Amino acid sequence: MSDMLVSEAALTPAGRPSGRLLEVEDLRVEFRTRDGVAKAINGVTYHVDAGETLAVLGESGSGKSVTAQTIMGILDTPPGFVTSGQIRFHGKDMLAMSGEERRRIRGEGIAMVFQDSLSALNPLFTVGFQIGEQFRIRRGLSRKDAKQRAIEMLDQVKIPNARGRVNEYPHQFSGGMRQRVMIAMSLALDPEVLIADEPTTALDVTVQAQIMDLLADLQTQRQMGLILITHDLGVVADVADRIAVMYAGRIVEEAAVHELYARPAHPYTLGLLESIPRIDEKGQQLRTIKGLPPSLLRIPSGCPFHPRCPMAQPVCVEKVPPLRELAPTRASACHFAEELLSRD
Amino acid sequence: MSDPIGAIVGTPPSDQPSVVSETAPTDAGRPASDRRDKPRGLLGDAWYDLRHRPLFWASATMILLFLTMAAVPQLFTSVDPDAGSLTRSRQPPSADAWFGYDVLGKDVFARAIHGARASIMVALMSTIGTILIGGTVGVIAGFKGGWLDGLLSRLGEVLLGLPFVLGAIVILFTFNPPGTSKGPVTITMLVSASLVTLTWPISMRIMRSAVLSTKNADYILAARALGAGSGRIILKHILPNCLAPVLVYATILIGSFIGAEATLSYLGVGLRSPVVSWGIMINDAQQFIRVSPQLLLFPAAFLVAAVLSFVMLGEAVREALDPKLR
Repeated sequence: MSDMLVSEAALTPAGRPSGRLLEVEDLRVEFRTRDGVAKAINGVTYHVDAGETLAVLGESGSGKSVTAQTIMGILDTPPGFVTSGQIRFHGKDMLAMSGEERRRIRGEGIAMVFQDSLSALNPLFTVGFQIGEQFRIRRGLSRKDAKQRAIEMLDQVKIPNARGRVNEYPHQFSGGMRQRVMIAMSLALDPEVLIADEPTTALDVTVQAQIMDLLADLQTQRQMGLILITHDLGVVADVADRIAVMYAGRIVEEAAVHELYARPAHPYTLGLLESIPRIDEKGQQLRTIKGLPPSLLRIPSGCPFHPRCPMAQPVCVEKVPPLRELAPTRASACHFAEELLSRD
Repeated sequence: MSDPIGAIVGTPPSDQPSVVSETAPTDAGRPASDRRDKPRGLLGDAWYDLRHRPLFWASATMILLFLTMAAVPQLFTSVDPDAGSLTRSRQPPSADAWFGYDVLGKDVFARAIHGARASIMVALMSTIGTILIGGTVGVIAGFKGGWLDGLLSRLGEVLLGLPFVLGAIVILFTFNPPGTSKGPVTITMLVSASLVTLTWPISMRIMRSAVLSTKNADYILAARALGAGSGRIILKHILPNCLAPVLVYATILIGSFIGAEATLSYLGVGLRSPVVSWGIMINDAQQFIRVSPQLLLFPAAFLVAAVLSFVMLGEAVREALDPKLR
């Protein structure tokens, strides 16, 4: 019941402050390049509450990472520009804040886990130093206390023999352990929202599962909001509460995780689900979505998915389908969402 | 399996799970791991590593020797490097004068010892100045980018466009015209300043390109995402990662500056007698290379030894600063 109320509020149009932890509203970001203006994000709206996991799903170039970078304020400007929208943290618009105010939110309010942990850790410093640095600078702890806290953090992300490994350098850790270090570093200042940008992409499958379990555990313990950015449908099924599917810089479908898997309300989501290889369809060709994702410099008119959509009608070329609420917990940006849902 | 460490420590592992104390030794009671347990930064670890490198100790001893030579040459020789007597012109090495006498009958050993001061002073001051100025400008240009980068890079290119010797002659001729007699300290400073002016753009370019490649690394982004400010990112994350190429260049510079100082002295705009330097000695000796090669050999050997020890020190420091090479 409460879940329904939450989602209902999420889908109501903009403007009024609400009790949400982090809200992104009608965010538009473009990259002004020499070849033209690439519209990377075209009106993204989503939110995450405390203790909730939102999975942002989409293929490369769909704008999921750019959204995350814009939230963190680490977008390179130029060439990237936020043209409109709000990012509200505890109801306050971060885009209107001063640089110093935003900097204080990073790490303590919102933190981020990067994809490639080898390049996201400074190769010259021990992991203990890099985790402890935040305690020293932001909490004013002494070197010794900071190191003690770093050991505790490494313990929390289940690195065996944390006391012994705290003095080691990033290259001495395996990929999975390094990602744990990265998570420990992001969680050091106890952020309320954690953005994990494809945290398991660089890892092999068994380690992926361990890292996802760890993230889910830590999230439950700390009751933080987790935004999980991924292109892997398999990864999100177990851990996410809600899923937002992105395509060409838009959210095309948003739904609770089981609803989305059972009954997608957008042809793109349907295509994604159908292209998962199935063990009971041995010997058949893998299904794919035909065509390529659109160039952000030339986004197709109307629904950006229409050139690849098996259900495309003339109206799709002309009118951009808005993200419409279909049920209290779900929304779709397809002209024929109801037909998709009722069909079988 | 017995657990000797646990027996030595003898305390009940109340707050430690037994698995940990079996698989990995606890720190208590072990001085070695106790020392490793002390919190240290990058420089602390580097120093810890340096102390175990023979290359470091060898080069440091040599450098210390040369620095002592520069500070108190009287410790090594009591002969006056300027006392010449034409009767013993170009005499070969003997028990009286270990390196023989030069064309004016001055003791080559004494001159080589006394020459260390000018040569090393000029080389060190110029190198430090070049690295400091070039490094700072390079970091600013690389990190800020945009018009500031363009401006600083063009300024550097203008200075690099000047032919080195011609540029140095113009600078020194303006500030130290022949006929004036300035003190040896002033002249040393002037020579260093002119060398720095003409060389800093090279180290700026090296630094700038290193900063450019480091600036976009994920760990810089991660540091920003965790709320680190620009100053902290530059000092703690960019600078240490850009140090290696500049450090290597610095060690090479020391050698070439000793040579450059000699060239300027030879042209009459650098150091002048009675100041002695290895460069001056080498230049004086090259006319007699066929009849008295030892005149060239001894100062050149000093120069090579000094340059080599600085290069080795640079190498050792660079390796100590890179955790992957430890």
